[in-house]
Amino acid sequence: MTREIAVVAFAQTDHRRTSDEHSEVEMLIPVLHDVLDQTGLKTSDIGFTCSGSTDYLAGRAFSFTMALDGVGAWPPISESHVEMDGAWALYEAWTKLLTGDADTALVYGYGKSSPGSVRDVLTRQLDPYYLAPLWPDSVALAALQAQALIDAGETDEPALAGVASRSRASASANSHAQLRGSVAQGDYVVRPLRTGDCPPIGDGAAAVILAAGERARELCERPAWIRGIDHRIEAHSLGVRDLTDSPSTRLAAERAGAFERPVDTAELHAPFTSQEVVLRKSLRLGDEVSVNPSGGALAANPVMATGLIRIGEAAARIHRGESDRALAHATSGPCLQQNLVAVLEGDAR
Amino acid sequence: MSKEPVAVVGIGQTKHVAARRDVSMAGLVREAAQRALADAELTWADIDAVVIGKAPDFFEGVMMPELYLADALGAVGKPMLRVHTAGSVGGSTALVATNLIAGRVHGTVLTLAYEKQSESNAMWGLSLPIPFTQPLLAGAGGFFAPHVRAYMRRTGAPDTVGSLVAYKDRRNALKNPYAHLHEHDITLEKVQASPMLWDPIRYSETCPSSDGACAMVLTDRAGAARSPRPPAWLHGGAMRSEPTLFAGKDFVSPQAGKDCAADVYRQAGIADPRRDIDAVEMYVPFSWYEPMWLENLGFAEEGEGWKLTESGVTELDGDLPVNMSGGVLSTNPIGASGMIRFAEAALQVRGQAGDHQVDGARRVLGHAYGGGSQFFSMWLVGAAPPAS
Repeated sequence: MTREIAVVAFAQTDHRRTSDEHSEVEMLIPVLHDVLDQTGLKTSDIGFTCSGSTDYLAGRAFSFTMALDGVGAWPPISESHVEMDGAWALYEAWTKLLTGDADTALVYGYGKSSPGSVRDVLTRQLDPYYLAPLWPDSVALAALQAQALIDAGETDEPALAGVASRSRASASANSHAQLRGSVAQGDYVVRPLRTGDCPPIGDGAAAVILAAGERARELCERPAWIRGIDHRIEAHSLGVRDLTDSPSTRLAAERAGAFERPVDTAELHAPFTSQEVVLRKSLRLGDEVSVNPSGGALAANPVMATGLIRIGEAAARIHRGESDRALAHATSGPCLQQNLVAVLEGDAR
Repeated sequence: MSKEPVAVVGIGQTKHVAARRDVSMAGLVREAAQRALADAELTWADIDAVVIGKAPDFFEGVMMPELYLADALGAVGKPMLRVHTAGSVGGSTALVATNLIAGRVHGTVLTLAYEKQSESNAMWGLSLPIPFTQPLLAGAGGFFAPHVRAYMRRTGAPDTVGSLVAYKDRRNALKNPYAHLHEHDITLEKVQASPMLWDPIRYSETCPSSDGACAMVLTDRAGAARSPRPPAWLHGGAMRSEPTLFAGKDFVSPQAGKDCAADVYRQAGIADPRRDIDAVEMYVPFSWYEPMWLENLGFAEEGEGWKLTESGVTELDGDLPVNMSGGVLSTNPIGASGMIRFAEAALQVRGQAGDHQVDGARRVLGHAYGGGSQFFSMWLVGAAPPAS
């Protein structure tokens, strides 16, 4: 019998272009306190803690060790860290709860993109011998993908602009979002992508609490049960991938049970408008599904927390009774190389 | 609810050296992974997921290298997780992989950790200035030397103990074909005559800087039944963390290490580690950490660890062998160092450790730590399946 595990609390920062006045720890502490307060738990009550971040944003090795101080890590805690988006930290915590070694888990992800040039920084995650020395940046790579979609007749520039305006209009209702309301589509950054097709650069953090079985019901009126969660990676080289498709997303969704019944909500980690086109196809999302009601990554993209926020936003809609079955997606790597899909459900009403 | 038992059925590592200029990072990790698969007599198709770990990305200058390494590790189309918990990462990576099996998410998982230190400069990677924060520009030795001093003062240990550990570990390394340092002419006098780097730590009492990778194939009960060679069974595993710096911290014997060991012993049903555990492969980057960890892990009373070392108990033919492989003092591809400890523990209980095999090793502890004695990960493996 598999253990039932749910998201029982979610919190995030107000995502902003810069946060010079705050260290990473100072940025994190309010969201950590927020999720703990929502559940009434103290750090010492938590069975397992896991975080996601990357040293490269902070520009120094072991940056996550300082952030851990924000959890108040004494007495010693059972804790781990993935050098990935916080969504994968949630996956690690989910497996830990499945073993029965813990009943609750605190998961957080954070990133400050403001101190450097995130476009340049992300080039460092490319193949270091053949690709990285050419410094192709994240917008240029996304533009290749967008052009491939346009060439294949799957979208066009007005449709992409539509994705941008719909996302930012939705974000009007999200007080945490960085870009909200009517945002100009702007000039080309790298053809065919315009400013409006790209995510804002910003700093932010998010935290989630997971709980198993009855513990989840005690901590949350309407827990968001994780019915399935899976993630898959593809080849790194763009030359061996069909950039108009995302087989890893499709496979992860299949394994997570996403296609067994329709979802009413989908929170997609698509930093570029064109990537929503790819993901909608892979996830077979029709127009009846509410896609990125939070505004998605086009409204706020705190790198390393954006994927975790998708799970949190999907769960929060279930907590509030605005969704019964939601899909959340996170991505990592250039042009959607690695993808995670989670299916969340509330108890029947 | 009960967990699925976890078994180690394949172990592979590279010959650790100062610089593997003949391979890329992808080539290095693939070599270790293929050896682990060969040991398990499995193919890439038998692997359900890959869990990879290494120390800071700045050590090689590649951000999130798992993205680029996915192809080399046969991970395309599979789940791939990347763990990073500082120096303990090799151990933590293995434990994350065990959870995938124990929680019945997957049947067979490849786990691997590596460091290719020659691609960059680890000292630089650790010394990037942090605004408004005291930098540790003295390197790792400068950070740990005062804690060794504190241990000596607290216990009254004679200043010869550190060199005994180094002499033992370097001799053990001569029996391990994968070890980095093979100092055939090593003598105790040579260790004691080596230059003082960070008093009381001498040059020969420090770890080298290595390129290397270590991989293991972990599987469930059904997978273990098909294993061509004896599996090593997981009896307990745990991680603990505490802050690097805070007023109440005991740098000589951190609470996180004690708690981590206690959790592992509870899971494994170990009442008296000194009696119930046959050998220990522990993370000793500076020689004095052997007596310090002997106490922290409960093998000796406080203040008594150095007596075990001095009396030869921790020698390869002693009553409680420590660092049979030659340890971190002989081989240190940082990100892989923790996993090498875990893998050595598994090799020992499988009876596959070759010239550094401990006769009758049935239960062996693998230990890793990282940060400023901040992160701990440990596992205890046995020749027999766990009781429950």
